[in-house]
Amino acid sequence: MIDPFPPALILMIGSLLIPLLRGRIQSAYMLLLPVAGLVHLHGLSPGEYWQIGIFDYSLTLVRIDRLSLVFGYVFHIAALLSVVYALHVKDNVQHVAGLFYAGSAIGALFAGDLITLFVYWELTAISSVFLIWCRRTDRAYAAGMRYLIVQVCSGMILLAGILLHLRETGSIAFTGLGLNGPGTTLILIAIGIKCAFPLLHSWLPDAYPEATVTGTVFLSAFTTKLAVYALARGFPGTEILIPIGAAMTAFPMFYAVIENDLRRVLSYSLNIQLGFMVVGIGIGTETSLNGTAAHAFTHVLYKALLFMSMGAVLYRTGAAKASELGGLYRSMPLTTVFCIVGAASISAFPFFSGFVSKSFIIWSVANGHNVLTWVVLVFASASALIYIGIRIPYLAFFSRDSGIRCREAPLNMLVAMGAAAAMCVLIGMIPKPLYDILPHAVDFEPYTMDHVIAQVQLLSFSALAFVLLKRTGIYPSVLRSVNLDTDWAYRRLLPGIVRIVARAGGSAGDPILRGGKALVAATISGCRRTHGPQGILGRTWTTGTAVLVVTIFLAAFLIYCF
Amino acid sequence: MEQRSKDRLEGAGIVKKTCRVLYAVCVLLLLADVFIHKHTHFSAEQWFGFHAFYGFVAAVVLVLAARGLRVVLGRKEDYYD
Repeated sequence: MIDPFPPALILMIGSLLIPLLRGRIQSAYMLLLPVAGLVHLHGLSPGEYWQIGIFDYSLTLVRIDRLSLVFGYVFHIAALLSVVYALHVKDNVQHVAGLFYAGSAIGALFAGDLITLFVYWELTAISSVFLIWCRRTDRAYAAGMRYLIVQVCSGMILLAGILLHLRETGSIAFTGLGLNGPGTTLILIAIGIKCAFPLLHSWLPDAYPEATVTGTVFLSAFTTKLAVYALARGFPGTEILIPIGAAMTAFPMFYAVIENDLRRVLSYSLNIQLGFMVVGIGIGTETSLNGTAAHAFTHVLYKALLFMSMGAVLYRTGAAKASELGGLYRSMPLTTVFCIVGAASISAFPFFSGFVSKSFIIWSVANGHNVLTWVVLVFASASALIYIGIRIPYLAFFSRDSGIRCREAPLNMLVAMGAAAAMCVLIGMIPKPLYDILPHAVDFEPYTMDHVIAQVQLLSFSALAFVLLKRTGIYPSVLRSVNLDTDWAYRRLLPGIVRIVARAGGSAGDPILRGGKALVAATISGCRRTHGPQGILGRTWTTGTAVLVVTIFLAAFLIYCF
Repeated sequence: MEQRSKDRLEGAGIVKKTCRVLYAVCVLLLLADVFIHKHTHFSAEQWFGFHAFYGFVAAVVLVLAARGLRVVLGRKEDYYD
């Protein structure tokens, strides 16, 4: 039997041909790629393909099973939505980077061993940074550089973990690893960086708002959900993930409430949603893992929708900061509606997609009688309205009148947002098709009377609190400001320490510095002597001499072997 | 200028209407709480209006804490530039 074509390569190789095409043919080709990938993926049967032996290790380049398929489907849908949204862009670098990035994330999903995972892991990091750099501003360049350093570090830690794990167990299989030794600990940390664990998270709100209008939509879908998949594959039922996930749901929301840049608010809320998924993985029951997979699926769609709506605002008005926006609902009525659908989905309103997936996770937490985690998760659910559900649509489209009059978003953006919004509502109304593709059989019904009422109570009274806090002026006003996050440590603290050390050690360090420079100079001149134009190793030798030397080597080799 | 003041009024109209609907919904939900049968995991969920109360408190706590956070961590917009 011939192994099927690796699903990742359709987008990866396909993306490289984009610059050869022009105009409408190029657009049609870019739309075709994710569609072809999705159709191809749908035709594949579960199994392990492309098993290659390299040295003593057997690599499995493609492994298809139910867990990877859920993520695979939604990654293709996200790639398609992102392409539609970016059709108006005349920048081949962005098109190639976006689809190559999507392809490598898909490759990582279907990696059957850790080495293959590592390769794709690094490819996602390198290809995605171009989506930030393509903004072509100094800020974006710096943010992209910080993003790249963090992502590559995650890859290096992953590789170190894989090698240690290999030495401990002799296996590179990417299956349930569990936390049992330095190797798997490093692997968990590497995934944790990409998954934006608390204190390792600051790259996310730092980089995503600096990317291009369309690039952020790509970025929001793949990197972090790939990390969630890797956690679900490698560390299901690892208990430490429960408190980590709970902390992720709790603490970014305080930032989200006071943040001025609305795309940064979305980045913080992305981090919060990842927390729900991480809790689901930590619990590790079939229901909770289903919940994680389902939530990742719905999350990719509504998060892309929200980033698309704020991207449309940024594209038309040139601003994404609350302090410069407001009253846009008349200029951009459709975008307003789509944004509200996204906001309702992320707030888990009944009949919107977030409700049918988030309930899974909260239900399994309650089932395990994990009181503290439950209290935190319900708190985060209730607050969702305050930091995003009401805040984003209100500040951008209603609130005060900013005086901005602009056109509605371009047609391709509206189509992408409309499709995403339709999927959010459809999944919310009819969750069965989603439940059917989850990794395990589903025995859970989100639409029971008491559950719906409880959720609506939670949200309505949270909204009531918003109204009262707003009326009394207690709700934080919009301020032009930045709020310090953990990236302060490497953007201010470390450079500061280096400066102080350099200044204090100025006179004392001079001899050391001079000694070091002398050493470097000596090394260079030494190399010149041996390898330079007149050096013994750099000289052109006659063929005769070369033959003589080879003969001597051969003779020595023969004698040695005897 | 006239256009702008009209806009503001319209926006305010939508917001005002939404608020009224919200108040009504909140009252109805509290009434509903008496009648529905709850299948719960924790005893606290059985209390009258537990989720309503918790939703309200969560929102207030979040906002108050965030105000405090802004005092400590807020910086000028060009802090990193």
